[in-house]
Amino acid sequence: MGEKVNRLRFRKLRQTGAFSLLWFAGAVSVLIMVFVVGYVIFKGFVHLTPDFFTTPPRGGLSGEGGISSTIIATVYLVICTLIVATPLGVGAGVFLIEYADNLKSSMIKKFVALARFGVETLAGVPSIIFGLFGYALFVTAMHFGFSILSAALAGSCLVIPVIIRTTEEALKAVPDSYRYASLAMGASRWETIRKVVLPSAVTGISTGLILSAGRIVSETAIFYVTLGGSYRTPTSIMSSGRTMALHVYYLAMETRAFDKAMATGAVLVVLIIIINLVINVISRRLSAETGS
Amino acid sequence: MTEARMRTVDYNLYYGSFKALTNVTLNIPVNRITAIIGPSGCGKSSLLRSFNRMNELIPGVRTTGEVFLDGENIFSKDVVELRKKVGMVFQRPNPFPKSVYDNVAYGPRIHGIRDKTILAEIVESSLKSAALWDEVKDNLGKSGLALSGGQQQRLCIARALAIEPEVVLMDEPASALDPVATLKIEELMEKLKQKYTIVIVTHNMQQAARVSDFTAFMLTDEQRSGNMIEFGPTTDIFTNPVDSRTEDYISGRFG
Repeated sequence: MGEKVNRLRFRKLRQTGAFSLLWFAGAVSVLIMVFVVGYVIFKGFVHLTPDFFTTPPRGGLSGEGGISSTIIATVYLVICTLIVATPLGVGAGVFLIEYADNLKSSMIKKFVALARFGVETLAGVPSIIFGLFGYALFVTAMHFGFSILSAALAGSCLVIPVIIRTTEEALKAVPDSYRYASLAMGASRWETIRKVVLPSAVTGISTGLILSAGRIVSETAIFYVTLGGSYRTPTSIMSSGRTMALHVYYLAMETRAFDKAMATGAVLVVLIIIINLVINVISRRLSAETGS
Repeated sequence: MTEARMRTVDYNLYYGSFKALTNVTLNIPVNRITAIIGPSGCGKSSLLRSFNRMNELIPGVRTTGEVFLDGENIFSKDVVELRKKVGMVFQRPNPFPKSVYDNVAYGPRIHGIRDKTILAEIVESSLKSAALWDEVKDNLGKSGLALSGGQQQRLCIARALAIEPEVVLMDEPASALDPVATLKIEELMEKLKQKYTIVIVTHNMQQAARVSDFTAFMLTDEQRSGNMIEFGPTTDIFTNPVDSRTEDYISGRFG
């Protein structure tokens, strides 16, 4: 009897030990995150003034000036990248889920398997590789130079796998019963996709697009070799430019204005937090829609 | 017997190498309710899905023999034309995540009706035919998914009726519903047969006996392939079946 009680106590003790370790791991991770974000925001925010947002960087070693042109370049680049990547990524996702899975030809099946493998691989390739590719092809061979165009094309290569995968997931979440109902009423496959499947998947797909926007905002290496680094406000798609993330890099490495780098970093961190919150809101709405 | 709206002649259906239906010959009488009954896996639903060629969505499906709609072979018809004339209601209510109005207007819009007043008329008359109008008329913008299960199924019936089919196929339309909602669907079918030819697959023999005018009894053979055992007026099938296997099934000796 006494032995049984002892054993029970031992088991409880073990559980308490394990939970304590889990708590510790969780707490440390959260603390690290809070510290990093807090440090950047705290150090950065003291240097933020309204002028900082409305004046362009002055260039040179001093690192003086604001970040207005880099904000414009970032927005410009995100828009251009999504204009290129959205139709391609969503289109490929729709092809893979709605058409390819229903085809009988073994040739096409092999092609699809290869495409899926390619998408998986591309999603894990470091961004500088896309940068090198973009530099060789768009900047040099196609003579687009360091420009928003080159950067948007290279950036598209980077985010298309993300968009394909989120599109695939969003389409898989659409119940087949919707497709059957539509087809049984004499709708064609395409009408079914356009009028029933895509509208039901739109929240999921937009998650992928916002995720991609976040990726473009936060990447540096790929744009270092495709966008150039001009601190002037881009005036056309052929202008060179500097995204905010790239500006942080330049400020930290090539100027003495570490405070300005921190300030820009703080703005970036807040932007990324906002993007993630938007994704959370959308995902919650998505699960509320499909969870019924 | 009344004239046949649809007819299968020596119809065989294969899923890859598996033969799911063997030599099915069956007449579906005009403006009557025909029930297809039989134990699970006997090919009832496969047969039902043959009437609007929904089977073709499954890879590896092959058929031989013929199926006619109004004397025309459905396999030489355009599948869109066929499905316009042969509507379907599924086992589980499957309204689109759209408003009640857009659910019902979906079919007519697909088939090219743009005029708003015509669409509104179709929506109203279809919802009335499906005995749902009074419950939703004040809130046609409400999501179809926000309705109760029974209402959702009647919405799906309204959606199928909106393209004015000649035949309505129902694949166990009440099996996911409670008894009250089931009764409503059954009453509705009784009304609908004045205008439409109805084919219903059901597990529920009492339901078949209650609602149908004709009953087809199916059973699997030794190869697990579905065969048509007996077809006739429902009263005959349930009170005086010709085949002993029908009698065994009706009297609950198996299945």
